[in-house]
Amino acid sequence: MKPSTKFALGAVVIVASVSLLIAQGIKQTGTYFLTPTQLVERTADDPTFHDVGLKVSAKVVKGSITRSPAEQRVDFTITDGTSEFPVTYVGLVPDTFTDENDIDVVVEGKYGRDGVFHATDVIAKCGSRYEAEWEAQGQQA
Amino acid sequence: MTLLGQFALWAALLIGLWSAGLAFLARWQDRPELALAVRRGAYAVFAALVVAAIALWKGIFAHDFNIEYVASYTSRNLPEYYLVSAFWAGQKGSLLFWAVVLALFGALAQLLTARRFRDLLPYVAGVTNLVAAFFVAVMLFGDGANPFERLSFTPPDGRGLNPQLQNPGMIAHPPMLYLGYISLTIPFAFAIAALVARKLDAGWIIAMRKWALASWLFLSIGITIGMWWAYLELGWGGVWAWDPVENASFHPWLTLTAFLHSVMIQEKRGMLKRWNMGLIIGTFLLSIFGTFITRSGVIASVHSFTQSSVGYFFLGFLLVTGILSFTLLYTRWPALEPEAKLESTMSRESAFLFNNLALVGIAFSVLWGTLFPILSEAVQGTKITVGPPFFNRVNIPLGLFLLFLTGVGPLIAWRKASSRNLQRQFVGPVLGFVAALMLALTLGLRGYPLMTIALSGFVLATVVQEFGRGVRARMRMHAENPVTALGRLMSRNRRRYGGYIVHVGVVIYFVAFTGLAFQEKTAVELVPGESTTMRSPMGHDLTFTYLGTSQFTQLNRVVSAATLQVSRDGTPLGTVVSEKRQHIDSFGRPTFEPSTEVGLKSSLQEDIYVVYAGTPDGTERAQFSLIINPLVNWFWIGGGVLALGGLLAMWPGGPQIRTRRRLPSEQAGYAVPLTGAGAGS
Repeated sequence: MKPSTKFALGAVVIVASVSLLIAQGIKQTGTYFLTPTQLVERTADDPTFHDVGLKVSAKVVKGSITRSPAEQRVDFTITDGTSEFPVTYVGLVPDTFTDENDIDVVVEGKYGRDGVFHATDVIAKCGSRYEAEWEAQGQQA
Repeated sequence: MTLLGQFALWAALLIGLWSAGLAFLARWQDRPELALAVRRGAYAVFAALVVAAIALWKGIFAHDFNIEYVASYTSRNLPEYYLVSAFWAGQKGSLLFWAVVLALFGALAQLLTARRFRDLLPYVAGVTNLVAAFFVAVMLFGDGANPFERLSFTPPDGRGLNPQLQNPGMIAHPPMLYLGYISLTIPFAFAIAALVARKLDAGWIIAMRKWALASWLFLSIGITIGMWWAYLELGWGGVWAWDPVENASFHPWLTLTAFLHSVMIQEKRGMLKRWNMGLIIGTFLLSIFGTFITRSGVIASVHSFTQSSVGYFFLGFLLVTGILSFTLLYTRWPALEPEAKLESTMSRESAFLFNNLALVGIAFSVLWGTLFPILSEAVQGTKITVGPPFFNRVNIPLGLFLLFLTGVGPLIAWRKASSRNLQRQFVGPVLGFVAALMLALTLGLRGYPLMTIALSGFVLATVVQEFGRGVRARMRMHAENPVTALGRLMSRNRRRYGGYIVHVGVVIYFVAFTGLAFQEKTAVELVPGESTTMRSPMGHDLTFTYLGTSQFTQLNRVVSAATLQVSRDGTPLGTVVSEKRQHIDSFGRPTFEPSTEVGLKSSLQEDIYVVYAGTPDGTERAQFSLIINPLVNWFWIGGGVLALGGLLAMWPGGPQIRTRRRLPSEQAGYAVPLTGAGAGS
């Protein structure tokens, strides 16, 4: 066999393993990333979706956060404007998690049959600041 | 000052476009004065952008809060050294920083490149000026991207710098990465210049090799400092989260590492000409792609940059540059015929080829994982994300294969390794492999950690053997003592031995990642005086006693600091303090969300990492997250070794590296210069 053929065989093996690793990795670790509306619709169509771990990106409803420090539990409601549902989470929440402003969160966990999202992880992003905010201040001043 | 800055931006844009136009359209080859004019364009763009940079800096230091950028990222009570870093803290400033540094590099490339590559330089100036002009155009025409934009009123104080950016690592991390990204433009410019000028021997590689190394060095340092920053500021106890923005810096690093290896094959054997061109164009595009990801917000990331239409300028630039570059490469395809064939799979060439495949494979898998949310939404209509489990699954085996090749590459001969060569070279390293394997087995390691340690032993033994042979040979031939021999060996063969030192740095990284896999983590709630004990992965009993929390005001922040007393196996180690910080403006009003400062007790063996999560109102119970991180310090040590090796490899001076003699076909110029007489010389 010519060396270049041998090398080509080796290359095919590498490319094939990379593809296989990627395909399997996505199949076994891929997580749905949905909006509340998508989640509500999908679980209505297919109740087994209640048992699938997934991520939801939404806004926290202002003033909905209740903290139970004794159990380190936080309850709050998330919305995308159309659908909303309560979330319960046990654990430490990040500094940026407040309900003073509209904050964006990504919650990871399962949407239980009780209609409550049981989160295993909460990631908060602080609301982006916009130029418009400066303009508002200027008008007040 | 903003007017001057604005004017300077326009000047840079017009000069840049003019000189790029001249470089690519006009027939400067016959007219030396035009060639000179094009090259001087690079200096002129640099001068104009320096004026713009000074204008912004003056605004920042003068606290001119009428300038929107100054008001958004600084405040009166911000410590002075952070005023320096405020220059690149926001999008507008970092665009200007990018443009001015690019112009500086463009000018340096004109100044420092050897005379024999003069034929390439006007094209190089054309490319760097065009890219600089693009950045200036983004500032001038992008939505909210002009750093000199003024507000309709003057706020009494600015908002201040995001507290997570108020960290010494953060002064260095973004500029280092930017320097890495930006300096990639120079190798890319030389590649394009070689293609346009049809100077397709290894000349362009020799002309830009130091730039590629510098870029690699900046990226490596930038990534390592970024890991350090993430470790200290993000409070989750890890160094790398496979976040899209982190990945964006990793892609070009991987392909550039591949490039630095594969150019050696072109220099020695005249092979892989097309691959090298493709690789450096791809690397440049990946760096622009990284900027697109970071700036557009198309992929959710912990790095919350302002999201704006500016990202789409980069997408457009990416597409246009990609299409033009690859079309150009395609038109030169026949002229890039390899001069030799692979003679054996048991050869240095073949080891390097596999190394390139593995590196590009890793880059591809990381890119695929990063883009998968977008791809899946486009194809299936449902967004699917992948996280660290995906990247670890795919990249650990590929990384180990690469580590194996790191050991093989230096051992195996060029062209065709004889079985004698293989025997002579591999006995020592295989013994190193077996020794490390035994050690790891007795430590109780299994699976991937076991393989990592064993392969690390293999690579280290390779490097030691190479150094040992070189030193012995010099001692014999020149009758030198071992120290002189080692010093001369390294200074006479900087690239080779610098490369080996980089390999040692890479091994240290792998070992540190293995250590981090054994992280221990627990969440506790303590009242003052209460203790908790946890067992560290290194087998120590660590006891934490909560001493209490104190409140004070410091610089521009109000701090509550929780103190824990730590002891290891009954021996007191002292205290660890973790802080909750609320930053305030000069009127005492809170700015930003509260931030957390981790408490750290660091050693070569393991880090004790404490996060104070807060005290529920009306109680004295404090919540902590306690993390034990084995071997984390070795990341920073590995990064240092890597940087030293890189510095050695690119240190100026040293013996000229011999280049292959040109083949007759090249000398005859069978690629007939289309563009004029100058290219044939």
